[in-house]
Amino acid sequence: MAEEQKPEAPAKPASHAPKPPPAAAVAPWVGELPESLKQQFGDSVLEASVSLGQNCVAVRPESVIPVLEFLRFDKDFDYLVDLTAADYPQRAERFDLVYILYSFARNERIRVKTRITADQQPESAVDVYLTANWLEREVFDMFGIRFTNHPDMKRILLPDEWQGHPLRKETSILAMDNQWVKENLAIESGQ
Amino acid sequence: MPDTTFLDATELVLNMGPQHPSTHGVLRVILKLDGEKVIGTECVIGYLHRGVEKIAENRTYAMFVPYVDRMDYVAAVSNGLGYCLAVEKLLNVEATPRAQAVRIILTELNRIASHLIWLGTHALDIGAITPLFYTLREREEVLKIFEKYCGARLTTHAFRIGGLQYEIYEDFERDVNAFCDMFLPKVDEYEELLTNNRIWRRRLIGVGVLNADDCKQYGVTGPMLRAAGVKWDIRKAMPYSGYEKYDFEIPTAKNADTYDRYVVRMAEMRQSERIIRQAVAGIPEGPIMAKVPKVIKPPAGEAYVSIEAPKGELGYFVVSDGSTQPYRVRIRPPSFVNLQALDKMCRGALVADVVAIIGTIDIVLGEIDR
Repeated sequence: MAEEQKPEAPAKPASHAPKPPPAAAVAPWVGELPESLKQQFGDSVLEASVSLGQNCVAVRPESVIPVLEFLRFDKDFDYLVDLTAADYPQRAERFDLVYILYSFARNERIRVKTRITADQQPESAVDVYLTANWLEREVFDMFGIRFTNHPDMKRILLPDEWQGHPLRKETSILAMDNQWVKENLAIESGQ
Repeated sequence: MPDTTFLDATELVLNMGPQHPSTHGVLRVILKLDGEKVIGTECVIGYLHRGVEKIAENRTYAMFVPYVDRMDYVAAVSNGLGYCLAVEKLLNVEATPRAQAVRIILTELNRIASHLIWLGTHALDIGAITPLFYTLREREEVLKIFEKYCGARLTTHAFRIGGLQYEIYEDFERDVNAFCDMFLPKVDEYEELLTNNRIWRRRLIGVGVLNADDCKQYGVTGPMLRAAGVKWDIRKAMPYSGYEKYDFEIPTAKNADTYDRYVVRMAEMRQSERIIRQAVAGIPEGPIMAKVPKVIKPPAGEAYVSIEAPKGELGYFVVSDGSTQPYRVRIRPPSFVNLQALDKMCRGALVADVVAIIGTIDIVLGEIDR
């Protein structure tokens, strides 16, 4: 690396209170699409924002499927790029569900996000996008989020007898490794 | 699959894989057959699952770069490019023009290498052994360039967040040009062997049809989508890494069958060669690394960045919490999503066609299982 910047060192290392990390700028997303979403769904649309040039709509969990249907059939977002989740254990609504949509006609990509609690069972999007089938199974496999009305809600990557859901934050690689070594080799892993 | 499978005497359940050579790794397909006809399939995947997304949460941004090479290991350079672009997006930096040009050359060389592997193995599955020897011979030349550039042939770790680790070696341009000169006639050679070959045509034409609407429903991208007549390529639709500077076409076809996917991929190799030639003729001078802090700590936020990998849309959804490690990395693998359409494509086909259809999707299990 020829040219390097100094890492962003905190200005006052003496202060003990941890400084909140800098965040990417988030601006409200204005335009025809967020307007029509707000018109159609009112309070269910919590926020429409742009960050790093990417559009994102946050909606209430119960209106995810209607919003997806609206985007798919009225706004030409005919391709579900990805469906995934992220875990925030310290929050009351623990999981973020993220739907990434693309429209071939508009050449536009948006993210639809919602927050759900650990025991909430969101509705499956398979009826709107067939792609959602395996993607939801993977979310179930990794996070333990069960989708209702899914045709085949079972694990996809991990074996059926697997315990736990690895992408939850409380699952640690080291603990999984130690447990496996103990059970299968009957020794301490020493890690 | 429904539980009634075994009850009807005319139905037969056949297990294929995970050790079957034509499943390109460790894909297991449970076929439900009526005589020779497929009436349903179920894929069992995960044999290669290594928990890449979990590993990402336990590594720093820079430490995770080599891991992504091990997903689609025949197109490691593309994987690295997608991840680096995603982190660069979070950091709000862009690679320098020189780095971008070198990245494009290596990525397109890798696309050729990946398509060559696909062509050789696909033909092998169908019963033509010869093309594999030829395609591996040419792929070797690509790997030699990789090896000379960064020391590795397969899992290259060629790119760094913000640009490149290594300056190009002295004869890089000459080697790449020599490869391009050599390569186009070889594509003609493959086509001579296959395009009008009667066995090849009868095994492929009309097999595994997946039309444009179905492709979109199943999220199928890449050459499969283009073979269904949709002129869509992320390099054109949402250009990244400077692809807008180069002149190339998006090959498409109409019939959406296995043969058309072959035609599209052959044309794509020619287009890649075109891009490489343009890029290598004008590698700009300048630094190869953008100004990136030594400790990579992107501001809290999230970004989804995708590239046109040889197999389709490869996306990275990276969430940063402002620390040195990613909070969440989601990898959207093209093979995983494309494989889901296997069932649709196989229904009504013959058992022998299943082999052709698995080949035409161009899957890499390392990427499906991650």
